[in-house]
Amino acid sequence: MTTTSLTTSRGAGRAGDKVFSAATLAAGCLILAVLFGVALFLVIQAVPALVAPPDKIQGGAGFFAYIWPIVIGTLIAAVIALVIATPVAIGVALFISHFAPRRLASGLGYVIDLLAAIPSVVYGAWGAAFLAREISPAYGWLASNLGWLPIFQGPASATGKTILTAGIVLAVMVLPIITSLSREIFLQTPKLHEEAALALGATRWEMIRMAVLPFGRPGIISAIMLGLGRALGETMAVALVLSSGALTASLIQSGNQTIAAEIALNFPEASGLKVSTLIAAGLVLFIITLGVNMLARWIITRHKEFSGAN
Amino acid sequence: MKASRFGRNAAIAVIAAGALALTACGSDNATNSTAGTPAASGPKVTGTLTGIGSSAQGAAMDVWKTNFASANQGAQVQYSPDGSGAGRKAILDGSAQFAGSDAYLKDDEYASSKAKCGPDGALNIPVYISPIAVAFNLPDVKDLKLDAATVAKIFRGQIAKWNDPAIAALNPDAKLPDLKVTPVNRSDDSGTTQNFTDYLSAAASDVWTDKSSGVWPASLKGENAKGTSGVVKTVTDTPGAVTYADDSAVSGKLGVAQIKVGNGFTTISADAAAKAVDAGKPVEGRAANDLSIKLDRKTTIEGAYPIVLVSFHVVCSTYDSKETADLVKAFENYVVSDAGQKAAAESAKSAPLSKALQDKAAKSIESIKAKS
Repeated sequence: MTTTSLTTSRGAGRAGDKVFSAATLAAGCLILAVLFGVALFLVIQAVPALVAPPDKIQGGAGFFAYIWPIVIGTLIAAVIALVIATPVAIGVALFISHFAPRRLASGLGYVIDLLAAIPSVVYGAWGAAFLAREISPAYGWLASNLGWLPIFQGPASATGKTILTAGIVLAVMVLPIITSLSREIFLQTPKLHEEAALALGATRWEMIRMAVLPFGRPGIISAIMLGLGRALGETMAVALVLSSGALTASLIQSGNQTIAAEIALNFPEASGLKVSTLIAAGLVLFIITLGVNMLARWIITRHKEFSGAN
Repeated sequence: MKASRFGRNAAIAVIAAGALALTACGSDNATNSTAGTPAASGPKVTGTLTGIGSSAQGAAMDVWKTNFASANQGAQVQYSPDGSGAGRKAILDGSAQFAGSDAYLKDDEYASSKAKCGPDGALNIPVYISPIAVAFNLPDVKDLKLDAATVAKIFRGQIAKWNDPAIAALNPDAKLPDLKVTPVNRSDDSGTTQNFTDYLSAAASDVWTDKSSGVWPASLKGENAKGTSGVVKTVTDTPGAVTYADDSAVSGKLGVAQIKVGNGFTTISADAAAKAVDAGKPVEGRAANDLSIKLDRKTTIEGAYPIVLVSFHVVCSTYDSKETADLVKAFENYVVSDAGQKAAAESAKSAPLSKALQDKAAKSIESIKAKS
């Protein structure tokens, strides 16, 4: 009785194994196929813009002259977002994992996760209708007191719809991503490491610096990179908040534009070569995102051996 | 065993239910079509009309197609607001039966339309008129008079303060504040920008040196926001800001400038816009019943308001089948009719066509025929 049931179950298991491994293989291949299909579509649709005579492209100076200011604008917005969000996110994650009383921690974690559930258009509307207006006096102050720094050069925008406002909105949007991933990583720190550090007389902050942060470093980096991915590709919030324009060094004047917002704003009325130009811009964004992810992978693999994770 | 028998029963039940549902649908359709016939006015039209084009017409188009479909059982209109350029391309290659376009066909487009639209080519029928207001946020100033050159200078950033002599000269009575001028333009590609820059490049050609375009000139520094609602919101929040927007969307808190036309200043209104459109000249070298209008942005007619967006429906003068021709005629007749214009004025806040233009449009639509 027992033997028969064992053999039948093993037989079924073998068939199940085959089906399951085939299914996972198919899923894996599908992802590659979709990625390849998207890349292929972008390249094919972008070719007319890349080979067109320069005076036919918007701006009249060729595709390269069109794309590079918005590439820089995209990077500026994303960097602002990460510079603001990363320290806050790691602080919040550490508070939840190591400082807060348990009841508060779970509630706070839930609230942070809730931030991620808010649609980007809501963030955009909030940024455009509220934050920009309220923050513009601060920009006036920055212009008069820190105006000697090129990034705070006046005259400040009267509407407050600047790349810095867009960056702040993006920071709020990437905050939950970095926070929840970092929190999970920090919670996985081996208890033995922490207790050892404390036993050697470390304060709680020293324990975090010696045990938690080194262990979590690759995790933090990948969390930041995921946040960067969202910041780079964010469309609607930027399109609503940013008063776009030519590339500008000052963060408190109107100006700059991101690739995703440029596509969203111009695609509805575009036709012919204009569509190709925008799709080519999309291809550039695709390549940048790919590059960022590969860089993140490389950093993580390089740091793995020092992390204490093994 | 028990489970499988239950499953089989369930399957039978599902099939039975499906069959019931199908028969229900069938009988429903039959009663509807017999009931619908006597209700439809004029010759009965059926089928689906496909249009592609301007997103400026989108809101008006939504109400037109809904009303048309409910008045004509069996007929419906599909419209995808992919943009004027896409719409014109679609009617030229035959993939749409009509196009919505913020500009009439260009000469070469008209020439190539003869391939799909019969020997007379395509017809441009004005269906949607929207006056564009120059709206400003000055707390203590309600009346402001501007001429084309001053408007152009404001939007080029050449006037820094509201008490600039150029503005003061036009408004001797107004108490102009010492406030920074913040021009706000549309960040998206739009027909409103197209028509506004067209006005500036025609009426203030020595100041506005850029060509008219749906995209704001990239060389100009200034604030911008997405969509009509975006610019109006931004200007409402920012003292000293000024923008151009469809008149209907401008809220009561903002002032609207009077524009110098001839020797007087015109206040924006639907009538003034219609007057400017009526003063436009027909375009040469088109089909006999074509209504392409070249607006005279420099018009000096008293009471005309030249900053106006005119959007067209581009239709074929000859369609392959009588069914399609009848459907197009019925739909376009509704669009230019009093009822259609009123519906658009209510939902999209456009300015209704003038009676004279309506009559011309009706005549033009009547000339649409099927290939014999």
